[in-house]
Order: sequence, then C-alpha cells, then structure tokens
Amino acid sequence: MREAVFDTVVVGGGAAGLAASKIIAERGYRVALVERENRLGGILNQCIHNGFGLHYFKEELTGPEYAQRFIETTAGTPNIEVFLETTVMDVKTSRADNNNSGKGSTNSPGTKEVFCYSSRYGVLKIITKTIVLAMGSRERNRGNIGIPGTRPAGIFTAGLAQRFVNIEGYSPGENVVIIGSGDIGLIMARRMTLIGARVLAVIEIQPYPSGLTRNIVQCLRDFDIPLHLSHIVSRIYGRDRVEAVDVTPVRNGKPEMEETFKIKCDTLLLSVGLVPENELSKKFGVKINPETGGAVVDAHMMTSVDGVFSCGNVLHIHDLVDYVSEESIAAASFACDYMEERGKWPAAEQFPTVASSNIKYVIPNSYDPEINNRFFFRPMIVKNNAKLCIRMENEDKEQKTLLEKRLLHVQPSEMVSVNIKSERIKEFLRDGEENRLVFSIQ
Amino acid sequence: MKNKVLDVAIIGAGVTGASIARKLSAYKLDIALIEKETDVAFGVSKANSGIIHAGFHHPPVTLKSKLEIMGNSMFDQLNRELHFPFKRCGIIVAAMSVEEMKTIQELYQRGVNNGVIGIELCNRSRMLELEPNLNSDVTGGLYAPTGGIIEPYRFVFSLVESARKNGVNIITNFEVVDKRETNNTYTLISSTGESIKARYVINASGLYADKISELFGAKKFKITPRKGEYYLLDKSSSYRPSRVIFPVPTKISKGILVVPTVEGTTLIGPTAENINDREDFSTSIENFEKIFYATRRLVPAISERDIITSFAGVRPAAEGGDFIIESYPDVPKFINAAGIQSPGLTASPAIAEYVKDLLKKQGCRLVEKPDYDPYLDETVKLREMDHSSADQLFQKDPRYGNIICRCENVSEAEIVHAIHQGHTTLDGIKFYTRAQMGRCQGGFCSYKIIKIIHRETGLPFEKITKRGRESYILKGSIEDDWKGVVEVTNTSLQGGTTRDMQTGSPDNNAQSAGGNEGNT
Repeated sequence: MREAVFDTVVVGGGAAGLAASKIIAERGYRVALVERENRLGGILNQCIHNGFGLHYFKEELTGPEYAQRFIETTAGTPNIEVFLETTVMDVKTSRADNNNSGKGSTNSPGTKEVFCYSSRYGVLKIITKTIVLAMGSRERNRGNIGIPGTRPAGIFTAGLAQRFVNIEGYSPGENVVIIGSGDIGLIMARRMTLIGARVLAVIEIQPYPSGLTRNIVQCLRDFDIPLHLSHIVSRIYGRDRVEAVDVTPVRNGKPEMEETFKIKCDTLLLSVGLVPENELSKKFGVKINPETGGAVVDAHMMTSVDGVFSCGNVLHIHDLVDYVSEESIAAASFACDYMEERGKWPAAEQFPTVASSNIKYVIPNSYDPEINNRFFFRPMIVKNNAKLCIRMENEDKEQKTLLEKRLLHVQPSEMVSVNIKSERIKEFLRDGEENRLVFSIQ
Repeated sequence: MKNKVLDVAIIGAGVTGASIARKLSAYKLDIALIEKETDVAFGVSKANSGIIHAGFHHPPVTLKSKLEIMGNSMFDQLNRELHFPFKRCGIIVAAMSVEEMKTIQELYQRGVNNGVIGIELCNRSRMLELEPNLNSDVTGGLYAPTGGIIEPYRFVFSLVESARKNGVNIITNFEVVDKRETNNTYTLISSTGESIKARYVINASGLYADKISELFGAKKFKITPRKGEYYLLDKSSSYRPSRVIFPVPTKISKGILVVPTVEGTTLIGPTAENINDREDFSTSIENFEKIFYATRRLVPAISERDIITSFAGVRPAAEGGDFIIESYPDVPKFINAAGIQSPGLTASPAIAEYVKDLLKKQGCRLVEKPDYDPYLDETVKLREMDHSSADQLFQKDPRYGNIICRCENVSEAEIVHAIHQGHTTLDGIKFYTRAQMGRCQGGFCSYKIIKIIHRETGLPFEKITKRGRESYILKGSIEDDWKGVVEVTNTSLQGGTTRDMQTGSPDNNAQSAGGNEGNT
C-alpha cells in the first residue's frame, strides 16, 4: 500500500474542489486533489451551454470554459498533486477529532488517513491534517419519487441524458417528456430539441417552475415547449421501452385522476432535484443536516469532525456555479486558518443560526461574531416584495431585529445570500446567552 | 449442437430449471437449459422476496412442505460449493393481537410436525429482544432460526455457472413455441424457427408452464399470474431489522414482509394480486400505500424517504395451490415442474432431486460423471475486502482499482467478469454485480457500463439493451446526423462548435443579457 503525506486532501475535482485546491495551494500548503473521473471539472464538463461565470469572472462562459479557467491555474501549481480516476473509499480520523461516532482509529490527534482506490496507484493511503469535502451531488431518480407503472428502458435522469448527448455523442430518444422543471431538465429540453428530438412536455408538480426563470424563457418558451405546472406523471407505460405516460393535474395537493391525459413518448427525462452525495462523509461520522442533506457546518465551514471542511453542492445545492466557487474559496481559506492556528482553534465562541418562517435552511449553521459572516439561505415560498428579517433571540424570548431587508422576489429555486459585519453582530451579542440568529421571510 | 439429439432439454432458466440443470450435470448426459429471455433468472426468479423459508407455513401433506423442509436443509452445502449471497438470519412472525396468537400456535404446531429445527414460541419481550425495532404493541410470535435470506438471481447465476462448468449448454433468446415428435425424440422449435432436439423434456417454464404442458399434451392446468409489488429501502435506514419479519398469514398469502436483504438494504412487500397479463410488472399508488401501511404496523419507523426503487414480480400460482411436479404415462419422457411459487426458491434444490428421480423412473440412465465438480471459484467482490487485500488484488489486476459503481463499490474488473459470464444487458450486469442497484440507480455508472459492454462485446451503443428484446437504451449516434455537415463548415468557420453554428442555436447566442443560467 502506497502512502503519501499532504496538508490537505480535497475530495472531488469539480467546481468546488478546484476552487478550494487553488486557494489552499496559494497559501503554501500541499494539496492532494482526488477526482474519480478521468479529467477535472466535474459536471461542468457536460454543461456546454453558456451562462456561467457572470458573477465570478464577470463574463459569460460555457461550463467547460469555466472549469478550464480553474484547471489552468491549478494544474501548473507545484503545491497541488492531482489524482485522477481515483476514488476515496474511506477516511479514518483520530478519536479526538470526532465526537459523533466511535469509528476513529488510533491516529495521533488531528491526523487523518484517507484511503483511495485507483488502477494506477492501487490502494493509496494519504495522511493529512485537513480534508475538504467537495463531492458534489447526485440526481434524484425515479425510485425517489415513486412513479407507478412499468420499468422500461428510456427513463433517464436529465444529467445522465446530458452526458450521453454532450460527451458520448448519443441521443437518448426521439419523443421526450421531461418530469420536473429543474434547471438541468430545462437545459436538456432545449438540447434535445437542437439534436432533432421532439420535447412534448415538461411536467412540474409545483404551481411554479423549480428552475431559474431565465431557463424557462430561453429553453422552453423560445422553443414552444409546453410547461404543465401543477401536474404529475401518474403512470409509465411500456414493456421494453417507454411507450407513453399518464399526466394528471394536481389541485390542492390532490391528483385529479379523472382529468388524466396520455402522452405517447419513448423517453422520459427526470429533473426532480439534486441530493448532496455524503455517503463518504457519513461513513466517518460527519453530522448531516436533514434539511440540506449536507454536513452541518460552523461559521468556518468546518463539519462536526475537526479539520474536515465542506463546500459546494455536497454541502447544499446551489443554483449558480459562481456561488460554489465563492463558497469553496471561503471554506478553503478557513481550512488554511485552521492549519495556521492549530491548537488554538477555534479562536472565538460560535452561536447558532436558525431557519425560521418560510426558510428551508441557513448555511452555515453557526456564526462567529469575530468575523464578517456570509449566510446563504433558501426561501420556501414564492413572493414578490418579500421582507427578510434577521433577529437575535435569547432565553427571555426578547427578539432584537438585527437586519431587515426588502427582497424584490423570492422563490425556492433561487438561493439568497446576505452579509453581516462583525461589528453589527457584536452590538446585539449578550454574554453567557445562546444568541441565536433567527432568519425569516414574510 | 442444434442438430445433435440431446438427452435432456430443460425449458426455463429460472431457479427451478437451473437447479435441475445443475443437478443433472453430475451425470453423463447432454443437457440444454433453454431460456426465452436474453439472460437467465429474468422471470419469476429475479423479483421475489428472496426468503429461505423455515417450513412452518404449509401443512405436511403437501409436496410444497416436504420439498421446502428438504430444500432448506440443503442450502449450507450449496453455499459452500457455489458462494451465493445467503444468510440464515432467522424468521419471526409477529402477532399483533390475542386473536393472531391463535394462528401463531397453529403455525408453531405445524412447524414442529414438519420438523423445523429450533422453532420457538415467543412472548412480547422475547419478540422485542429478537427485534428491537418491532412495533412495541406486538403481542408475541414465532421464531424460526433456520429461516434465511438469499439473493435469488445470484443463486440462479451460480447454479447456471456450475451447470455450464459441468457441460450444460445454456441457450438464451430461445422461446419454445412448437414441438415435433419423431423416433422417441422431441424437437423444440423457437419463435425464430430454430430447433433443439432432445429425448427428454423438462418443463420449468414458470409463468408459461401451463402452455408448455398443453403443447406436449400433458396435464391441463391453469397458471394464475399473481403479482407482488415491492419497495427497496436504502442501506442507511436505522430501523433495518436483523431478521425477516412476517405478519400472521392469511389464507391466500404469507403477507407483506420486512426483509433485511443479504446486501444490507431493506425490502418491503409483496402484495398478492391475481392478474391476467403474465408480463404485467407495473406498480401502483394503491399498493404503495398498502405496503407502507402493512409494514409500518410491524416496524413503525419504516420511512418513504428511504425508497431506492420499486418493482413487481409475478408468481406462477397453479390450481390447487401445490407444486405440480409429475410425469404422465401417456406423455413419455416429459416432466412438469410447474406452479413453483413460494416456497419454490427454498424448495428448488429438493425439486431438482425430485425431478432427477422422476427422470430415472422414466428410463433415463443416470451415470455419474467422474469429473463432476460441484465447486465454483468465489466471485471477487471488492466491497467486501479490506484495504490491504484490495491492494494485493489491484497488483494482480488493476481494473479492480477502477470503481465504476460508486454506490455499491463495484469495480471495472467485476463488470468485465459479468460480461464474460454472458450478462450483456444493463439489468443482467446489475443483478450479477450490484452496479446500478444502489441509491443513484445507475445515474452515474450506466454510461460507463455501456462503454464497457461495447468494448468487451463489440455491440454498438444503440444495440445495448436494458434487459434484451426491444429495450434499447440509446437511439443512435448524434454524429451520424451531422456527417457531411461538419466537413463543409470546418473550413469556413472559426470558434464555437460547428454544430451550433449550423443550427443557429441560442447556445451561442447570448440572448441573456446578464443571464444566470444554472450550472445545475
């Protein structure tokens, strides 16, 4: 078994892992960037449409171009060693790092062992001080949403179909129905049309689209593709290959079966959401937030396991890759701070953040009054002219409003971020109390 | 082979046919195991509860009961020889009322009469000790430690591999639609006009056993397809029991169960619904609710959040309820092994013995092969290895280091092995290796598997299927549509891709001033 020693192991070479590796290497630490595919870039490689980079690079790029910008800056860096076609199978942490499970090994405190499998290196054991989890997400599939009917060929998650079309050069089918109006589904509606397929309908269970408005316009309306809001696919037909689907309107949460209509098709694409892929993290005791499916992280993006950080879609699902890069840079900087200040970390006491009315979650799960905190949160409602309210709450239930802000429009598919300066937080902080920061939208 | 007269042709490569084929491969016989589907175990055997029953459900007078008890006892030896996923985890039957306890008493007595080893009656606290996740309202129940779990398709694959190793011809994509009879020889004719000649024919055709029996002029009976729907729950579920949990049975069914599968997932189901279409593998909302309602009564923590997938199986229920394993004086050299529904999987090794004896009575000479080898090499499973043995394995064959299925940790080498064992469809590879069987359901690995199938078999992408017949995955290459176009435009255009320029696609038209197109 080969052994190697690095300051940091970054798990995953997609948008999050690339940005994190870049920052850590720039700060002078040695990084092992482990990627299971045969090239860096992750899912960006198959997103050949444009619209990436407007925030981060201030110009419009395609997915592969966006990835390439980072790959060029990382690949040449002497501090980064890239391990391609290599899968992280297992992480062993020392007991001291891990207060959630007894699965620690007898490592010296603070040291972690990362076991990687690959054809090229065999089993590689990397000994490291910090780990950045950047594994991304996977698509929810038919099993997750439980559509009744038969189980023929021709049912794909939208991302898999995108891979077939954009990278392998194969068409998944000719007459397509798309379930879910997530962004990949919308992008694929356009893509399938451009390769000559007929996209017959996009079916969305919610009364509003789950993808970005721009994608509804550019990918559906521009191509006259019908979007059926408040509808479900209630049955799949076909023995060998998909032959048709039943589509049923939903009113007040109930399917109106009498109004079911049938669409003949040979292909179904599913765009019904993404799930952070945290199987590895769970294996070594990283605490998971049930609202996000990602790790619980503190104000420094550190998980419940000491020295293990998380960023990108493995932490929570983002709408824009630019935000993934931004978040990963923050996580990587914290990982560097952690290594610099080992022993006296964390510097200051942290306090919890709470997602309250009409908010699904707030990331990170706690804040540090000594730094300028940046919060990401996801609304649960669709509303124009909404009011964001952030309050400090303590034992006596007396709430003090720390920030109020008008939001022009909120919807679940669009994440919101807000910055709060250290000074502002300190104004409200009370000694010896819980100091919960409560987020709500009205 | 197809012009030669074989000794025995077995119709149907499910668990019954495969068990018989393997049993007979110990003798000096020319045998063909014939399957209408693309792969073996693609019928009844692929979708069932995967239970090795202990033997307390059926009265001792039935053939079912006799072969169930005998079959159960044969699995340890079979497992030593064939290494399929199998575990004697034990079975409990949970009674939720005093009324139900009466049936438990009957089952217990029946089990004792049938000779079930170790069977015990349990009070409430014993039940909760055996299964802490059980509904705490449980009144009491039954515990049969000899019951177990198995991966039914893996069992069939092992039987088929062992049969093949000992000389049995495995013939897939051969649907028997007609037969001729000349000079003591049967000629089986397929839907595509191919033929196989054999002196003896064994009917193990599952859902079609009544039709084959009729084709040979043997006993007339009716197979009623009985559909059972299932839900498979993720490995990480905290309520996963350690034993199979049955409810108290009704007259028509053993009920809806909670099964901890050998591979760590939890299976709940089946429903029992008589249907007309033998190939109706659809699932429904009603049965979804029924299954979750019924199993939550046993294990309240069962959660819809953990669903990986659903599926349906169809069992071949024969009139009278018992197995039909017999020969007929007026139809020489023909044996029915029909109506093999639950506990058919458990009984299958005993059914093979029973059929062998019938064959002998029919005049078939059974001479033992001196070189018969009942043992198979164990299939390497990366997911069961520790890091240092994995490292040694990678040095021998680096393809084991290439993880293809990230959910179930299946390597390239294991997929190549499956293909070389004849499993060239996505489902065949799934059942053989578990790749695509985990939480992503092939979202990440199926394109890699398609590429490996293409590389290993030479099958073009668009000819690769999910499970044979017309179940093609892809409609064809996009490149083909663009042949000719590329040549012209390459010289005249710079930047962008040729394809987008040709269609004037908005992919290259920034219609979105400041557009935030999602990365997702």
